[in-house]
Amino acid sequence: MTTVNDRPDVLGPGQTYGSITDKISAIVVDQPTRRGWVLGFLVGFSLLNLLMVSVAYLLYRGVGIWGVQIPVAWGWAITNFVWWIGIGHAGTLISAILLLLKQEWRTSINRFAEAMTLFAVACAGIFPLLHLGRPWVFYWLLPYPNTMSLWPQWRSPLVWDVFAVSTYALVSLIFWYIGLVPDLATVRDRARSTPVKVIYGILALGWRGSARHWHRYRTVYLLLAALATPLVVSVHSVVSFDFTVGIVPGWHSTIFPPYFVAGAIYSGFAMVLTLAIPLRAAYGLHAQITQRHLQNMAKVLLATGMLVTYGYVMEAFMAWYSADTYDQFIQLQARPFGPYATTYWALIVCNCGTPQLLWIPWFRRNVYALFVIALLVNLGMWLERFVIVVTSLATDFLPSSWQVYHATFWDWAAFLGSIGLFVSCFFLFIRFLPMISMTEMRELIHETAEHHCAASEEARS
Amino acid sequence: MSHVAGDPTIFGLLAEFVHPEEVVEAASKAFEAGYRQLDAYSPYPVDGLAEACGFTKNRVAPITLIGGLVGGFGGFFMQWFSAVVHYPINVGGRPLNSWPSFIPITFEMTVLFATLFGVVGMLLLNGLPRLHHPVFHVPRFELASRSRFFLSIQATDPKFELSATREFLQSLNPQGVDVVPW
Repeated sequence: MTTVNDRPDVLGPGQTYGSITDKISAIVVDQPTRRGWVLGFLVGFSLLNLLMVSVAYLLYRGVGIWGVQIPVAWGWAITNFVWWIGIGHAGTLISAILLLLKQEWRTSINRFAEAMTLFAVACAGIFPLLHLGRPWVFYWLLPYPNTMSLWPQWRSPLVWDVFAVSTYALVSLIFWYIGLVPDLATVRDRARSTPVKVIYGILALGWRGSARHWHRYRTVYLLLAALATPLVVSVHSVVSFDFTVGIVPGWHSTIFPPYFVAGAIYSGFAMVLTLAIPLRAAYGLHAQITQRHLQNMAKVLLATGMLVTYGYVMEAFMAWYSADTYDQFIQLQARPFGPYATTYWALIVCNCGTPQLLWIPWFRRNVYALFVIALLVNLGMWLERFVIVVTSLATDFLPSSWQVYHATFWDWAAFLGSIGLFVSCFFLFIRFLPMISMTEMRELIHETAEHHCAASEEARS
Repeated sequence: MSHVAGDPTIFGLLAEFVHPEEVVEAASKAFEAGYRQLDAYSPYPVDGLAEACGFTKNRVAPITLIGGLVGGFGGFFMQWFSAVVHYPINVGGRPLNSWPSFIPITFEMTVLFATLFGVVGMLLLNGLPRLHHPVFHVPRFELASRSRFFLSIQATDPKFELSATREFLQSLNPQGVDVVPW
């Protein structure tokens, strides 16, 4: 296989339909559970238990166990919500938008990026629910026939958010599952023991790879991609409406929707890199997740990092240009020099500074450097959400009501616990489901010029 | 021994191929030879294979469109009905039908219903979930989800005759031909 323009390939050399299928399905079917997996899962599972405890205590005592107060009624909970939901966006971007743009390098990373989306949305979903105060009546947010004869408030962005996030969660789940069906059939056919065959057989819905089935399957898959593309843009726009529709200085800004979407893709790609680099090393997937993938993701990180930086600059500029006292105060005084100055400057360093390193090819090629940059971007994006949510509220119109937000133990417990939920789900996913789409990898092999000699080699063996 | 069409003991014949081009060619030849109850199986979608088997009607896209229309109109109607008819609230004389603020939910419902209709439609048209199927009786068939391509001619085909059809399939130069029992 020759390299085009001196770029690394999307596929290692010498891959056949059989070899790629065996390599990926073996992780699910043949290989014993690894010690590293058990260790990682235990860490995640412990944190998940911390989440359970913190949720139980929250239900018992109420949201007062967090640092929320008036004026900062949206503390870490909403910060975490926006952060997690943003992370999810890269999965849909990779699976839908890059599919429509025929970017073949998406193939080996789309499955676990979609799984990442799903788990991130699950983590995101718990925060606004818990933050409701009375989470057990969350269904009041939905339109259903009720004896109070009440309807949700259609003109509120918070209700739009309910629809946007739940649609996003459902569509992501369906897209992911439909993508998995042929691969589940492969696992069914590779499995040795009957119970495993039965379980995967049921999950595969009896998929047998019929040409007619593939035809309809491919149509619906492309249509789902086309539907998910505007959906993903709408979801973070609607999340940003939660802020922009309010009149709080630092929130009330028209740049929010595009800047939130860019930030979402930015943090999502950072998370994909954070997951891909260790996975690739642990399972020896260097032929499937190649340097090309990592470098492309690094470039996306750089591009979206610049977009986000532009957003910060414009926020400050518009505050100055608008001559609005409150906006000027929050953007040009409270954030950079107020009680949250450290957080603000840390966010600028993480989000605007670190991606600039990616101009240098060495940083795009070195997995360790890339991993550290990705982690810093994740951190920076969390800080960004914190700065948006908390600083605006803490120092709003009336100086007499100003209060600094202090995170409590339970704030930390819920946040770390949500990471535990994410890690636990992700470890279960890589153990029990094929983490790379075998179907699409076979298609990729077919499309690459080498497939003829690769397949005939296999016929001989 | 000759079998009449519709032999109840067998489902059909299954030929195995190594290359996707071979199975597409084999399917076209079988179709040209007059066989209509054909199906092909592949480990990934192969361009032109369904068409070669005589598949023309893919109604997934219109079903998805219908879903989108149902979701969009339904979503908007729900908000309009609630805000204008069922529970109107006069807020400073502002219009009850404040349609711009109904758009986000209308859009989300469009996407949701299009997705649900498209996916459920695809599964139902494919006859899935169907956990068992005669082709699974052939042990080699497990390669259909790994690396091999198969072409089946069903016994229900009027032109099907076991020995003749087997010879025909052999002439297509497959890796092997198996009888698929019911």
